[in-house]
Amino acid sequence: MERAFRWLLPHPFLTILLAIVWTMLQNEVSAGMVVFGIILGIIIPWSTSIWWPDTPQSFHVWRMVRYSLIVLYDIILANIEVAWIVLTVPNAKLKPAWIVVPLELIQPEAITVLAGTITLTPGTVSADLSDEGHSLLVHVLHTDDPDAVRDEIKTRYEARLKEIFA
Amino acid sequence: MSGEIIGTYAVAICLLIGAGFVTVGVIGLLKFNDPMTRLHAPTKVGTIGIGMLLLASMIHSFTFGQTSLHELLIMSFLFVTAPISANFIAKVNIHRRACETPPEPPRDDTWSTLNSPENGRSTSGDDAEKAA
Repeated sequence: MERAFRWLLPHPFLTILLAIVWTMLQNEVSAGMVVFGIILGIIIPWSTSIWWPDTPQSFHVWRMVRYSLIVLYDIILANIEVAWIVLTVPNAKLKPAWIVVPLELIQPEAITVLAGTITLTPGTVSADLSDEGHSLLVHVLHTDDPDAVRDEIKTRYEARLKEIFA
Repeated sequence: MSGEIIGTYAVAICLLIGAGFVTVGVIGLLKFNDPMTRLHAPTKVGTIGIGMLLLASMIHSFTFGQTSLHELLIMSFLFVTAPISANFIAKVNIHRRACETPPEPPRDDTWSTLNSPENGRSTSGDDAEKAA
């Protein structure tokens, strides 16, 4: 039974997400469209499962919601901060830096979320991953203390992601 | 009636904030002189700029009848894809050495972008510099 379930729905969350996205694209909730969304949600993960063999073992939805809210708040602050830097700091005084974040996360999904979060938040862009995936290269727009930025990424985002994908 | 007035004001404020942030993003793109720092302005300021414009569109649609949730989808697609394009531009910069060479990773050999076959899978940036 469980194997049949696994075979039919390799990524249950993706199925739900696709159904919701499809329904939202229609801009109105009708039974036919919800059913079609669910059909799409079953077919797409099933037909692409060859390219995504390992499902994350566990995923805590509520922690993810809380994480998203924190990130959203950070994005708003980050935008104001970056806008301020753009308008007030002259090019000569700008202190860009590379920082290396050693990763404790192993799952590719978790690293992807972390890299995306870093790009969307305060003056940082994730640029590259080391060839065996043990560290992340981050570019900082303007900082006096690169180590503090690294520690903030580790405590604020990575620790939470570890709990989400734990 | 008053609901419509409040809605109109909210739409106007959102449009102003959004347009302001987009303008700052453009200024940043023009002002910075290094490709890596240039990358910062559009990726971040752009997200909230467009987010506010979409919010304005959503408030408008709710105040004047035709409710629309497409904006939420646009926003989520944008938030998912913006980091990827930024990542690719950063990778191109590293690959073409248009920026400072990044420091070595502590536990692995090199960064995946620098680990290309024409460098003979080199273990450091030295060979790459000779090649360039």
